This record gives sequence, structure tokens and C-alpha cells, in this order.
Amino acid sequence: MAAISPKMTEEVSQTAVPTPKSITLMISKFNPNHESSHKFVEFKVPVQKWTTVLDAILYVKQHLDTSIAVRYSCRQASCGSCGMKINGKPSLACYTKISELNSDIVTVEPMSNFPIIRDLVVDFTSLFSSHKKLKPYIIREDSEIASDAKEFLQTPKDVEEYLQFSYCIKCGLCNSACPTMATDSSFLGPQALTQAYRYVADNRDKGKKERLKMVDESHGIWRCHFAGSCSKVCPKGVDPAMGIQLLRGYLLGFRK
Amino acid sequence: MIKMRESVIMKIHYGTALGAVALVAIHILFRMTQNFTVSLQYENVIANYHLLPYSLMLEVVLILLSIHGFNGLRVILLELKQGIGYEKIVNWGCISAMTALVAYGSRTILMAGMGIS
Repeated sequence: MAAISPKMTEEVSQTAVPTPKSITLMISKFNPNHESSHKFVEFKVPVQKWTTVLDAILYVKQHLDTSIAVRYSCRQASCGSCGMKINGKPSLACYTKISELNSDIVTVEPMSNFPIIRDLVVDFTSLFSSHKKLKPYIIREDSEIASDAKEFLQTPKDVEEYLQFSYCIKCGLCNSACPTMATDSSFLGPQALTQAYRYVADNRDKGKKERLKMVDESHGIWRCHFAGSCSKVCPKGVDPAMGIQLLRGYLLGFRK
Repeated sequence: MIKMRESVIMKIHYGTALGAVALVAIHILFRMTQNFTVSLQYENVIANYHLLPYSLMLEVVLILLSIHGFNGLRVILLELKQGIGYEKIVNWGCISAMTALVAYGSRTILMAGMGIS
């Protein structure tokens, strides 16, 4: 057997996995059925360069405290299940690497502006009901799936009008960051308003009048203060603040 | 009673703001036609009210600012708390307060214009 030269050993040591460093993960624990306020519980978690916040939470759940409640599914920022406040900012746990946070202490809390079910899991009933209320589908009498019908054609320019707004994964981060939602529980929220714009701007849709009427109410589109925090936290690059302003354009008569 | 759509209310809100900015600018420019302290002397202030176009402008400023201000207050109160009863009280309270302020201000403009003190 050939002896390994000192040079080769050096190369091997350079490519070897570095020893994991350790961070303090502070998880907010709260069960509204049994407790009156939340408390942070600290855990030491080994992390690598690629460790995400969700990986760290799942490490704690597997090795240190099995009782932690967390919702997750796809682990690739597609399902919108693992939204939470990471170091105070609404983010997706699966899409946030601990190394990006530049901190040895990472706090995770449930998203603001939603009722807490337990620990990091919040209730999305209001988000989904607002979304559903604004009819997030194409409204028209004819159909492109009927036997004698043709596909509704759109030019690339037509698609551009709404494309970025169709990337919404309903993770609720925008609603969590919205300052209006913090005080106005009846506000439709940036997610629903952006989806209303997505369908209003789609030239295949014929439900514009109906949707504009729905958003034009006392807790609708006019309660947005254009703080822009919704756009800052969106993990999919959607700009809800812009969608809301464009939707306002229809109501003010700037857009047809 | 017909409920006004929020977009109509907000168009009025933005319109009254623009109108008020323009008219208040004229009002301030008038103060600069003479020394500022002199322009605020009793006789000079009363003289403004005796000038019909100027007193009409002050009346319009009063109406524009009352509508804009009380609608702004209504919006802030609606965002603070929600509930059908509360919202009715806020809406009608703001309309009543606005009407009362316009009525009181108009009375002052009329009395000053007619020389009644």
C-alpha cells in the first residue's frame, strides 16, 4: 500500500468538513390554552455553513425538546409553511441560513398579526379567508377547457402585468410585517390585496368590477399606508406594496 | 341613507388636501404684502373679513380643512379599533364634529364680515 505523502494529507484536510460551530437558538414557547404569556427557551445547536434555521429547529426537536411545535413541509421555500420571526424579522425558516444572520444568538418567534396555535405555529384562517373572499381565480363565462374552445392567448406583455404577483406562496410574511394589520384586524392585508391585483391585471379575467368593489371598503385597500415592509420580507420577490398602489390606480381612474 | 364608497371618500380627502394647500399658500402670501406683525394687528385682520372675495376664500379653507381633518381622524380611529357599533359612532361623530366646526367658523367669518363683535 502506497504511503500518503504530506502534500496529499494537506489537501485532504483542506476539503474535510470543518468542525461545526455552536449557536444559541432561542425558541419562543407558548401554549395559549395553558399559559398566559410566551417564554424563550435556549438551546445550544451545532451549525454548519449551510444549516438553515429550520434545520436548527428540527435538530432541537429531534435531540433536545420534542415538544416544540413547528409547521414545515417542502424545505425549499415553495409551500410557505415555515414562516416565523427570525431575529425579529418575518422570514421563512427553510430559506434563512444561520450563517447569513451573522449572530451567535438566533431567536425564533411566531409571526405577528396572527393568533398563535402553539409555539411557532400560527393560525392562517384569516389569511386564507381574506384570500378566498377576493376570488383568486379567473372569472369569465366561457372556458378554455370546453371541447370546442381554444386556449385564451396572452402576449408576453400581458403576462408581465401580473407575473411577479402570481409567485405568491401564501406564507403570510407580508401580513406579519404589515403595520396596519397590527392595529386593524379587519384589514384585508397585503397578501389578499396583491392577489386581487394579480387577477384584475390579468386580461383573461372579467371580474375586475366585482373585485374592485370588494377592496373598496372601509377596511380595504385605502387603509394601506405604503410602509413597504410587506415587499421587504417577501421571500419570492413579490412587491405587494406596488401591487396595492397599482390596484389603487384602477379605483382612482389612472388605470383602465 | 346611501353609503359613500371609500374610493369616493378618499378622492375627496386628496382633493381637499390639494385645495387647502393652494388656498393656504395664497393666505400666507397675503400676510407677506405687509410686515408680518402688522398684518396680524386687529384692524388688519378685521379688514380681511370685510373684503368679500377674501372672506369667501377663508370660508372655503375652513370647509376644506374640516373635511380633510375630520376624515383623517375618522381613518385613524377606524384603524385603532374595530366593530360595527364603534365604526358607526366614529363615522357619525366625525360628520357631526365637522359640521359643528364649519358652522361655528362660518358664524365667526359672517360676524367679523358684518362688523358684529
